[in-house]
Amino acid sequence: MDDTHPPSDTSQEVGVAIGAKKPQKKVGVLFAGRGLVCVRGGRTVFVGLDFALEPGDALVLMGPNGSGKSSLLRIMAGLLKPAEGDLLWHGYAVEDDARSHYARQHYVGHLDGLKVAMTVSENLSFWTGLRMGAVPSASSVRNALSAFGLDCLADFPARILSAGQKRRLSLARVLASPADLWLLDEPTVALDRDSVAALKQAIAHHQQHGGMVVIATHSEMALDRARPLHLDRFVPASELAELQEDAATVLRKNGHKAGKKGRRL
Amino acid sequence: MHRFANPNRFLRIAALILPWSAAITVTLLVVGLYLALKVSPADYQQGESVRIMYVHVPAAWMALFVYSCLAGASAIALIWKHPLANLAAKASAPIGACFTFIALTTGAIWGKPIWDAWWVWDARLTSVLILFFFYMGHMALTSAFEDASRGERAAAILALVGFINIPVIKWSVDWWNTLHQPASIVRLDGPAIHASMLAPLLIMAASFATYYVSVLILRLRSEILARKMDALRLTRVRDSQEAHSL
Amino acid sequence: MTGFWLIVHRDVVMAWRQGGDGLMAIMFFLITVTLFPLGVGPESGILARIGAAVVWVAALLATLLSLERMFQTDFEDGSFDLIAIAPLPLEAVVLAKCMANWLLTGAPLLLTAPILAMMLHMDREGLAIFVVAMALGTPSLVFIGAIGAALTVGARRGGVLLTLLVLPLYIPVLIFGVGAVEAAVTGQSAQPHLLVLGGLLLGTLPLGLWASTTALKQALE
Repeated sequence: MDDTHPPSDTSQEVGVAIGAKKPQKKVGVLFAGRGLVCVRGGRTVFVGLDFALEPGDALVLMGPNGSGKSSLLRIMAGLLKPAEGDLLWHGYAVEDDARSHYARQHYVGHLDGLKVAMTVSENLSFWTGLRMGAVPSASSVRNALSAFGLDCLADFPARILSAGQKRRLSLARVLASPADLWLLDEPTVALDRDSVAALKQAIAHHQQHGGMVVIATHSEMALDRARPLHLDRFVPASELAELQEDAATVLRKNGHKAGKKGRRL
Repeated sequence: MHRFANPNRFLRIAALILPWSAAITVTLLVVGLYLALKVSPADYQQGESVRIMYVHVPAAWMALFVYSCLAGASAIALIWKHPLANLAAKASAPIGACFTFIALTTGAIWGKPIWDAWWVWDARLTSVLILFFFYMGHMALTSAFEDASRGERAAAILALVGFINIPVIKWSVDWWNTLHQPASIVRLDGPAIHASMLAPLLIMAASFATYYVSVLILRLRSEILARKMDALRLTRVRDSQEAHSL
Repeated sequence: MTGFWLIVHRDVVMAWRQGGDGLMAIMFFLITVTLFPLGVGPESGILARIGAAVVWVAALLATLLSLERMFQTDFEDGSFDLIAIAPLPLEAVVLAKCMANWLLTGAPLLLTAPILAMMLHMDREGLAIFVVAMALGTPSLVFIGAIGAALTVGARRGGVLLTLLVLPLYIPVLIFGVGAVEAAVTGQSAQPHLLVLGGLLLGTLPLGLWASTTALKQALE
């Protein structure tokens, strides 16, 4: 399967996706990244990364640890600025209107953002309310919790939850309010088989209604319309040679022998 | 401005300037000290102890000047993200802290015979002491993070917040009744002291300023080199890890 | 606006249920103030003289205690990422957290301070001005403290560093806060001091919000 999807013109076709509940209007590429460069802690993580997503697509980020999956998700969320490159939504730069971009996404990172002294439903209600700008209805909170099997725990403090249950609560956020783009960082960590199935179902439902998912995962999730993106292909080949020569020259000019420890003034 | 962003280019320019500024510093210092200690007249009230003014006042001026440079560099770093600006701020902080310390201690030494007190809590002394705390806070904040660039950016914000202190120091002797004497040199009416005292003062101040420039260049140079070595070490480690994993 | 109140509500409820911040700050305040009469001796003359300063300094330190947790816990458990991408502007988030912090520490300090001041034999005239001065000063302490808390999020030895950064900035509030009480006690007008305190409050509000927001944005990267 093709790893990279060249951005197509935003042609409008009316098509019927087989198996979907309602007809979809194809608008071509909606969310794209061009030439993204990520630098963390002085280290260049990836260079020249491109991606393009159409409604209903799932982008699966793959690569070893440290290849920048979490960083890419954070860039897509707008939490991190890429050192170079553009993020485009419908052809327009995301950074010009960050507020709208925040409003159209759900971001589920490594950490759960749960307060242990608040109840399960209070936690979900807070995040949903903060995102929507209005206190959510009790029913929408309940529905989201029950999709992940947490409704029986709704009034218990989050302190009693196991790691898997905390993860499920964090994921329940995506169902409690609508969003076009889901950014999921290792969502299946600590989840049992049933919960993974529930997540898959939620993602499939989301995709059927034109939503997009970007997911970083080590586990096999077999999503529909999944496009893998191998991040290790964008790790820069040696900047080392350039750097080595540069530093050695500088050291030599300043009267140090290579290999000796320089003394800081 | 970004012409100087390239560290190598900066190093070349610095290498040109440094010998000159060092030479000028030494010359001005020698001339200034000679004029201050030998040639200039003793005060009719304070006698010979007035000569400490020739160290105290330039040091105090430099404390304010260096902080202003630090705040300026911080603003440039925050707004234009010039890569050397953060380094310049980081390098300036200890120099400014030393000048402040010298100003405070020479002030105390001067104050004892004149006011019969090592220290008073008037507006100027207190605000200069606060300036000293700001310098210390800046240095502490720069080195408080695992990620050095985060520390520098945080310190840049702190530097701007603390800049309010500078006008307070300058006009504290006008706004409050203080024991410290009011401004006699940098005033709208022009300097109020005689040329025979003004000249050594200005020469000493100039020598301190060129000293600051020289030491700043030295510190920036060593900072840039240290970073190159860090980056080199990092890529070497990464390469050896890759070699091992193959 | 709902988001703003949601954050205030969450912070207050969290602190309330965990019984931590507010109560500890009050206890610290009480204990610190109590140390002074024990150290100075029961002569009411000296105590009355330094009473205002003692209560103010103790209030500063108590506020410092609660600052450390202002942003740190949200960063540590991943809440801050989600808050950053919420529709609420970061300045409003900081303001909400400052309000929550004041409700949890500043307001209780404001209520207990007069009692303590009386225990330290502060004069009656001074007492009323003292309360007004604290009402003007404690919000400034929170705004200034927010700057320090935002700058030191994720730092090594964050607590100590926070103290080092914030205390120099607290000095003006201390000077004018105590000055107001001294003026009232000696029969002079406390108005200039109170006006300066008011000015400091008006000044630290935008400065605190700007500096904290910028620092928090940097901490996200």
